[in-house]
Amino acid sequence: MTDWIEIGTIDAIPRRGARCVNTPAGRIAVFRTQQDQVFAIENRCPHKQGPLSEGIVHGASVTCPLHNWVFDLATGKALGADEGQVRIYPIDLVDGRIFMALESALVAAE
Amino acid sequence: MVERLVIIGAGMASGRALEHIFEDAPGRFDVTLFGAEPRGNYNRLMLSPVLAGEKDYEQIITHDDAWYEAHGVHTRFGESVTGIDRQRKIVISKNGETPYDKLIVATGSAPFIIPLPGKDLPGVMAFRDLDDVNRMVEVSRRPGARAVVIGGGLLGLEAAAALRARGMEVVVLHLMGHVMERQLDPAAGYLLQRDLEARGIKVHCKAQTKAILGQDRVEAAALEDGTVYGADIVVMAVGIRPEVRIATDAGLHVERGIVVNDQMVTSDPDVLALGECVEHERIVYGLVAPLYDQAKVLAKTLAKIDAAFRPVQTATQLKVTGVSVYSAGDFAEAEDRNEIVLRDATSGVYKRLVLKQDKVIGAVLYGETGDGPWFFDMIRKGTDTSEMRDTLIFGQAYQGGSPLDPMAAVAALPDDAEICGCNGVCKGAITGAITAKGLTTLDGVRAHTKASASCGSCTHLVEQLLHATLGDAYNPAAIQPICPCTEYGHDDVRRLIIAKSLKSIPAVMQELEWKTSCGCAKCRPALNYYLVSDWPGEYEDDGQSRFINERVHANIQKDGTYSVVPRMWGGMTNPKELRAIADVADKFQIPAVKVTGGQRIDLLGVKKEDLPAVWADLNAAGMVSGAAYAKGLRTVKTCVGSDWCRFGTQDSTGLGIRLEKFMWGAWTPAKVKLAVSGCPRNCAEATCKDIGVVCVDSGYDIHFAGAAGLDIKPTELLCHADTEDEALEIIVALTQLYREQGRYLERIYKWAKRVGTPSILANVVTDRDKRRHYYERFVFSQTFAQVDPWEERVNGKDAHEFAALAEFGMPVAAE
Ligand code: SRM
Ligand SMILES: Cc1cc2nc3c(=O)[nH]c(=O)nc-3n(C[C@H](O)[C@H](O)[C@H](O)COP(=O)(O)OP(=O)(O)OC[C@H]3O[C@@H](n4cnc5c(N)ncnc54)[C@H](O)[C@@H]3O)c2cc1C
Ligand code: SF4
Ligand code: FES
Repeated sequence: MTDWIEIGTIDAIPRRGARCVNTPAGRIAVFRTQQDQVFAIENRCPHKQGPLSEGIVHGASVTCPLHNWVFDLATGKALGADEGQVRIYPIDLVDGRIFMALESALVAAE
Repeated sequence: MVERLVIIGAGMASGRALEHIFEDAPGRFDVTLFGAEPRGNYNRLMLSPVLAGEKDYEQIITHDDAWYEAHGVHTRFGESVTGIDRQRKIVISKNGETPYDKLIVATGSAPFIIPLPGKDLPGVMAFRDLDDVNRMVEVSRRPGARAVVIGGGLLGLEAAAALRARGMEVVVLHLMGHVMERQLDPAAGYLLQRDLEARGIKVHCKAQTKAILGQDRVEAAALEDGTVYGADIVVMAVGIRPEVRIATDAGLHVERGIVVNDQMVTSDPDVLALGECVEHERIVYGLVAPLYDQAKVLAKTLAKIDAAFRPVQTATQLKVTGVSVYSAGDFAEAEDRNEIVLRDATSGVYKRLVLKQDKVIGAVLYGETGDGPWFFDMIRKGTDTSEMRDTLIFGQAYQGGSPLDPMAAVAALPDDAEICGCNGVCKGAITGAITAKGLTTLDGVRAHTKASASCGSCTHLVEQLLHATLGDAYNPAAIQPICPCTEYGHDDVRRLIIAKSLKSIPAVMQELEWKTSCGCAKCRPALNYYLVSDWPGEYEDDGQSRFINERVHANIQKDGTYSVVPRMWGGMTNPKELRAIADVADKFQIPAVKVTGGQRIDLLGVKKEDLPAVWADLNAAGMVSGAAYAKGLRTVKTCVGSDWCRFGTQDSTGLGIRLEKFMWGAWTPAKVKLAVSGCPRNCAEATCKDIGVVCVDSGYDIHFAGAAGLDIKPTELLCHADTEDEALEIIVALTQLYREQGRYLERIYKWAKRVGTPSILANVVTDRDKRRHYYERFVFSQTFAQVDPWEERVNGKDAHEFAALAEFGMPVAAE
């Protein structure tokens, strides 16, 4: 059974924005869309390690701040002509509280 | 009647001439061919690969016994002609006399042997024929054999490389300052020497050989400077002399070579000559291409067909495997010439073209010589290159058939030609995507291939590819939508924002029927700017629609850290500011402090979470954000002006500071950089800025529309202002006009080109009311804009940006 751990509330993240969860093994970017969906992905662009949490969020995608690759937040897949994939982490949203699987928080992306 | 044709010398030139003779005058001549070498015709050029062991002699034979037999040629190989009796029309050789009706002298040239002490020792040899090659190969088989090659020209270097390839230790002694100085300029000579040395060949330039030493065979070569190089062979490759002895003895007209006319006839109408032994219009040739032309003409003359040999240009290539050198024409420097040079240090490429009145007259290529023949062709034809001057050096692939037609040029590019340097996209990828994905717009190509999506300097090439691939289906005149989220272009969106009083991003998207829910990374920043600019005080800036730099007021770096650039008004600073910068760098262990190109200091490598604290310390010393990240006012560079400079006409520093203090904080379509120089010497480089002021005795010359980044363009003079106040008002009005008309990311020079200088003059110079009106709108907008974003964040704004949502330490213990 998965252990869930609370990482914060949805209000703590701006709409069309992101914030990071720092884990011993790296950063996880947690996104909030215009529609108040929440997604968590690895904060490292597969292109040249751009911090995706700093990108512009549009729809359920984010554009990497360094060289404009676009990723689908739900699947972690690069969109358009680029090929790449970031890890995605399961999120549970209950009553505006965001939960992440404990094991993700502890052993996130290397 | 069959005539008797005797040929002296079975070399490259006579071999080619024979082929033409049998074509042009079949059956007319009974040919006797004398050759001093004990073999028939072979390709002398290929002796180098034979020496290197890359080819066998059999592979370089051009005319074999069967060929001579088929054409009825009486071959007298291994038989030197020792005399010509023109009265009796006979040639003399060891086997007696041979009569002729027509005689061809094709004796080539003899290697020049420097009359050094020791030159006759066994082991001293030339590099001219197969016997020389065989002798060298034999010595090279001895273990540890050493060779000294005297002469760093074409022949000497080919010999050196070949002997090295055979495993010998090789030293090249060259009298001049760099190798192949007759074909290469010093830069290419340097690269060549470097490459030869990388193969283990020692090259000693400015080497004056004094003597060849040895008892009963060569043992060493000694130089004037005292250096001695041990040697088992010494190869003399210092030059050649036309072989004219028998011609001189026969009383033919001989200067350096046997003198011939345009028909290749000597001073005796029955004696013709060709090859390296002849002199035509004072020129003696040492490469085969012109000799082949001579062969053609000579055959025609014998066949009584009109033909004339004309002097020709020559091109040289060094035949050393793995080294590419090409040289053609005249590449000396001179007053009336100019040059185009391309260098790539990492790949060892050097290309230099010498032009005279738009015509290429010389070319030196090193490392990449594929375009050599193309340039050579231009040299020979005297092609006018003015239309392709910018891309000439990149070679034929970048030009296409007719230089006047850019479409043909892109069409001619190979599929692997790189179009977009930033993203490394080649032509094939672009045309492939256009066809496979049915793309019809520039944006489409950008989205699918990234080509022209970065710096954009290849945009015109991409557009030409669209055109070339789609033909008329591509209509660049159609308005380019801002992005795929909308059908509207920038100008329509700007117009409609005002006309419909749209005051928020959702309002714009709703009213203008955006095709996506919340836009994209391209349209949102543009809309945000238009709204900020058009509704000051009413529209609330949307940080989430700003690029990260403008959102957190620092520049993101490649490793995710940030750079911090405080303003230094007009480039002035003081000990207090410098101390604060130094302290901040120490306190936050900022790894790099750099003076920027904009007259201020950059702190690089700041951790995002440290930003507010860094800013707090800088604020405390009176410094505010330099907006080095902003599509807004960046720097105002100044010079010391009348404050200090003996030439200063006005207080340029003061005006620069005043402008920067007046205009900082303003958002603009793209970045805006200013400069004020105190006199026309222009030390602040005002004439390549978006707006620049050059102070003169009578006041201020206001310039604008310069660029010094992706494009480089001098400014245009907008107008003259008598006073500082007037200058400031004009500059501010100009900036406001640009703020209202510019498309997002369009620098001033591009905007000015699009709307035209007359319309700008009408709005901010000639009509004072209009100027005042723009000036006031700017002033109003500034009341909302001049808030230091750092101070706001020090005081808590956007705190979420600088702290993690959650932190997890190392797992303490497993539960
Ligand atoms: C720091 C600095 C280089 C330096 O070490 O000196 C610099 C650094 C950058 N320049 Fe620059 N430019 C710097 C002076 C210049 C200059 C020289 C000048 O201003 O006199 C130019 C040419 C003048 C001009 O703008 O016409 C210049 C032309 C560019 C361009 C080309 C702009 C164009 O429209 O042609 C870019 C790309 C862009 O803006 O899209 C650029 C972009 C950049 C960016 C922002 C690249 C980026 O997007 O991350 C770099 C940010 C690095 C950082 O984080 O600090 N930088 N850049 C200079 C900062 C000056 C300052 O004090 O603010
Ligand atoms: C190693 C090497 C590499 C070269 N590489 C290039 C190159 O890359 N590109 C280029 O353009 N050129 C090159 N050259 C030069 C080119 O080979 C000469 O320009 C060309 O061979 C000259 O042709 P020719 O017929 O005038 O003389 P040759 O080919 O020298 O022929 C003259 C012949 O006449 C014979 N002969 C002379 N006197 C008598 C006599 N009295 N009786 C009978 N026979 C006689 C000689 O033995 C010789 O065989 C190279 C030359 C050498 C040696
Ligand atoms: S020139 Fe400017 S953009 Fe390019 S690397 Fe240097 S700082 Fe960066
Ligand atoms: S690092 Fe993300 S696009 Fe290059």
